[in-house]
Amino acid sequence: MEVRVQNIVKQFERFPALKDVSLDIRSGELIALLGPSGSGKTTLLRLIAGLESPTAGQIFFGDEDASLKTVQERNIGFVFQHYALFRHMTVLDNISFGLRIRKADRRPAKADIRARAMELIDLVQLSGMEKRYPAQLSGGQRQRVALARAMAVEPNVLLLDEPFGALDAQVRKELRRWLRDIHNRTGHTTVFVTHDQEEALELADRVVVMSQGKIEQAGTPDEIYDAPNSPFVFSFIGQSNILPVRVESGQIWLEDRPIGVESAGTADGTANLHFRPHDIGLQDGCGGCLAGIVTTSRRVAGKRHVELDIGQQHARVEIELPADHPATEGSRVAFRPTRFKLFQA
Amino acid sequence: MEFGTVKRSQWRSPSVLPGFGLALGATLVWLTLIILIPLSGLAVRTSSLGWAKFWAIASDERTLKALQVSFGTAFVAALINVVFGVLLAWVLVRYRFPGRRIIDAVVDLPFALPTAVAGIALTTLYAPNGWIGAPLASLGLKVAFTPVGIVLALVFVGLPFVVRTVQPVMEEIDREVEETSATLGANRFQTIAHVLLPGLLPAVLTGFALAFARGVGEYGSVIFIAGNLPYVSEIAPLLIVIRLEEFNYPGATAIAAIMLILSFAMLLVINLIQAWSRRRYGYGT
Repeated sequence: MEVRVQNIVKQFERFPALKDVSLDIRSGELIALLGPSGSGKTTLLRLIAGLESPTAGQIFFGDEDASLKTVQERNIGFVFQHYALFRHMTVLDNISFGLRIRKADRRPAKADIRARAMELIDLVQLSGMEKRYPAQLSGGQRQRVALARAMAVEPNVLLLDEPFGALDAQVRKELRRWLRDIHNRTGHTTVFVTHDQEEALELADRVVVMSQGKIEQAGTPDEIYDAPNSPFVFSFIGQSNILPVRVESGQIWLEDRPIGVESAGTADGTANLHFRPHDIGLQDGCGGCLAGIVTTSRRVAGKRHVELDIGQQHARVEIELPADHPATEGSRVAFRPTRFKLFQA
Repeated sequence: MEFGTVKRSQWRSPSVLPGFGLALGATLVWLTLIILIPLSGLAVRTSSLGWAKFWAIASDERTLKALQVSFGTAFVAALINVVFGVLLAWVLVRYRFPGRRIIDAVVDLPFALPTAVAGIALTTLYAPNGWIGAPLASLGLKVAFTPVGIVLALVFVGLPFVVRTVQPVMEEIDREVEETSATLGANRFQTIAHVLLPGLLPAVLTGFALAFARGVGEYGSVIFIAGNLPYVSEIAPLLIVIRLEEFNYPGATAIAAIMLILSFAMLLVINLIQAWSRRRYGYGT
């Protein structure tokens, strides 16, 4: 189902958690709310669920104004970071809970409830474990039970709050791939909160980057990574270097030297140059370029991570080179950023 | 010949928590001094009676009635305490209101108050000419000097046991579990009945067991309000005292032994149920 968040404001006591946030979530979309802690992403998720009520603004499910409905009436599925399973119920009872407690006129027959639960147990690959209690399951298995429980009620929208946050790296990676797979098969509109950019970029159809109660940028993972529209998004997503530069007559200057890169369409004045470690081209001589002395050089998997001291008081610049590049500590490397972004200082 | 291997008894496994032997030893000595020796004295005294005499005392009509009154009223009182104790704990844990700290402290008063004082106070209130007793009497209800009065006194002394065992467990209930229940469509009542209360069950059982055990052994507050009518409102501990006053020591110890066995059996069963539910649901692990 389509979910429309319209001019939502949320105020906790005196603290503004969300400042006028609007967002359209398309039906069947897998969307990530990404941001540092305190950015308001979890608050937004809880508002969609109805676990909090907005100070101002509305939330629509389809054409219906969901802000007028209680949590119970919204028919959503919510998964918490720490699973929140019912400890005194078996896996089967946990998953069928949402159906079993329905009023008699909306409750499926006992056999149907069981069949539906078993089907979901199958889907989350826990076959044969339906009689176990949560205490007898691993973290990854518990989270899969929580997801199956949320899907059992055929929710309008599936909301996941840092669903993999409590799991170790290996299980995380596996569950990520598996969640993508489940989403492709079931097609539930899904919103998940994460502070892990890799998770967001790998999993989501669209990523919503949030900071300080506002949406900074919303777009596909490619758009977010390749065309960040603010310094915050640029430095929050992926690695980046920031240098204070000057724009003068179409050229970018660091201190008193041009770095050999044209500043397409940026007004003259001071600016911050953002570029990623792998978006550089090495130069032989240095007519106009960035150059520095190698301070550390580490081989990381198939790449070489090199830190350069480019003089003055500038922070170290990190670049990525081919693994076989002979950069040793103390040697000199010259390069130009091939892709970059300028933001007003 | 082996070098460098230390032979360990199979009972001793290396542990980061040393001192098991010492701790267990001290515990057993203490338990023996305080509980086992006095109780075994009871067993010895009783066994000197002989089976026939013991049976005669045990199956005596007055003894049976007294035991029935003691265990029956303690059971009912513990049940009432479970209902209101859980409610009280809920209010204390979940809501913030002026005077909460005071109510929290008041809960412990039955622990501290001499039970005779409680008994006398309750009797004064509930006697047919008391503040509460008089209106009740005009409705034809008699509380003081009946088994109902005994239950009342036992409710009073047993309340803190339930509240204090349930309260800490309730404080640790995960908010997210309740929220999950709500997102799945459960209303407040369903969440409490299907999600929260089953989770509290082990603690509630403990509270019940403690309140019940306390009720069975209670003497001070009950004798004032009970009326102590043989066959009707005479409790077993009182009967023991009566036998003692008659210098009928074998009679007293026999009743005491029966109480002991019954209490132990019931507490053991409750403990087993608890252990089972803990293991199964993984509480306290």
